[in-house]
Amino acid sequence: MLQVSSVTKYFNDQKIFSGFNLKVDQGQFHVIIGPSGCGKTTLFDALTGVIELDEGTLSWKQKLVFNLTHHAAYMQQKDMLLPWFSLLDNALLPSKTGGQNMVNAKKQALKLFNRLGLSEYESHMPNQVSGGMRQRCALVRTLMFNRDLILLDEPLSALDTITRRSLQSLLLLLQTEFKKTILMITHDIEEALLLADEIYLLSPQPMTISRHFILDQPKPRKFNDPVLLKIKADVLDKLEGDLIHEP
Amino acid sequence: MNRNNLLAALLIALILGLWEFFVHILAVPVFILPPPSSIFTTAVIQAPRILPHAVITLTEILMGIGLALCTAVPLAIIMFAKPALEKAFAPFLVASQAIPVFALAPLLVVWLGYGIASKVFMAWVIIFFPICISLLEGLKSCDPEFKILFRLMGASFFKKLMLLYWPWALPRFFAGLKVGVTVATIGAVIGEWVGAQQGLGFLMIQSNARLQVDLVFAAILWLTAMGLSMWWIVGILEKRIIKWN
Ligand SMILES: Nc1ncnc2c1ncn2[C@@H]1O[C@H](COP(=O)(O)OP(=O)(O)OP(=O)(O)O)[C@@H](O)[C@H]1O
Ligand SMILES: [Mg+2]
Repeated sequence: MLQVSSVTKYFNDQKIFSGFNLKVDQGQFHVIIGPSGCGKTTLFDALTGVIELDEGTLSWKQKLVFNLTHHAAYMQQKDMLLPWFSLLDNALLPSKTGGQNMVNAKKQALKLFNRLGLSEYESHMPNQVSGGMRQRCALVRTLMFNRDLILLDEPLSALDTITRRSLQSLLLLLQTEFKKTILMITHDIEEALLLADEIYLLSPQPMTISRHFILDQPKPRKFNDPVLLKIKADVLDKLEGDLIHEP
Repeated sequence: MNRNNLLAALLIALILGLWEFFVHILAVPVFILPPPSSIFTTAVIQAPRILPHAVITLTEILMGIGLALCTAVPLAIIMFAKPALEKAFAPFLVASQAIPVFALAPLLVVWLGYGIASKVFMAWVIIFFPICISLLEGLKSCDPEFKILFRLMGASFFKKLMLLYWPWALPRFFAGLKVGVTVATIGAVIGEWVGAQQGLGFLMIQSNARLQVDLVFAAILWLTAMGLSMWWIVGILEKRIIKWN
């Protein structure tokens, strides 16, 4: 279980969040939705140790940890593929830097390429493939960290709607097939409704959880499920309300 | 040949044409300014005489480049790895540029002799700076988001250098190397002017004293051709190595 307890982050005098709490049970898929600039990426950066938290504690699997650098795989907002490496070499980066057995790593990567619909593209360079493929490759690389916890920062936001829908089913695989615990940021409410076990709706700064939805519908889900449509209406209501009340 | 190359070729042809034309019209004596046609003829006909000198100069330049690579690359990496050392070295690097190295040429001959060493040293001093600085700038320009990615992967400095910083810096490095190889000829030739028994610079001084101006120009032509060829070869290497741009 990931437990985030009363964490606080300031940028100079700007309070991004304070006393912020979050809990993700093992094997769960939780999604964060919030207005742009409210501090979602800042939260992920702080959790993963990219920046330092000012206050608060983190625990993962019942142990207190300083940050999640060594426990989570963090997929950042951009695909961050190195242009000088093929897709396969990009996916192998965590194994290369971690000094792992490259023969096994390569086997694992090729399996993942196959599973995520990238086979035959292993030796392509990033600038030779579509945005969707780059994102799949970034996803493979994230899995190659071999961590149980995965943080995804708007993994599909750069993609067109159709590609996004096809990749959403792959994101679901992270939970169903690879048994990961997932915390994901998105702007796409429908994406959240399709994938999430729980949705946190955030308010603008200082960032707090303004609504918390628990979705126990079985997956894979369909949009036309009336319960989901009801939640979607609620979320939209709340988001609009926040926007109107913004100073 | 693309449009730009064509324009450049036309421009060169125009300049040479005008040069040829006015030299003939104004009847400029050959020992003042020979026409391009006779320079080309001399460069070809006198090739057996020029070639041994050209080989010497080329050797000096190549050794200078080699020496510069062996020293500038490690120093740039060290300064990149330890910013404190960069602060320590920076004044020396800048000072090395502020000192007119050409003014040192006579001293170098005194110290290192009339042989090849003083010329290699001159070439090295001149090439060192563009390579070192451009590589350092290239290493430092690395996207911070990629640095974060590598930090999350727990990569060692060496791994980061090999997989991230070095490839990232390669375009800048090659830009510096291109500048380096073209200015290297200057260093070698100046070294030869001051004191040498062979080399294109020596040939120029000798021919100049004998009023063989066409031979001076022929030597310059050979020198230019050498500089351009090295620039061209570095360009090809760059294209081969940096395939992702
Ligand atoms: N390094 C920094 N220094 C100072 N302020 C920062 C820094 N990084 C982010 N901020 C500020 O923190 C706030 C939250 O930024 P953040 O990137 O976390 O938002 P976000 O919720 O991820 O937005 P988006 O949905 O657009 O990605 C913004 O107001 C931003 O200006
Ligand atoms: Mg963000």
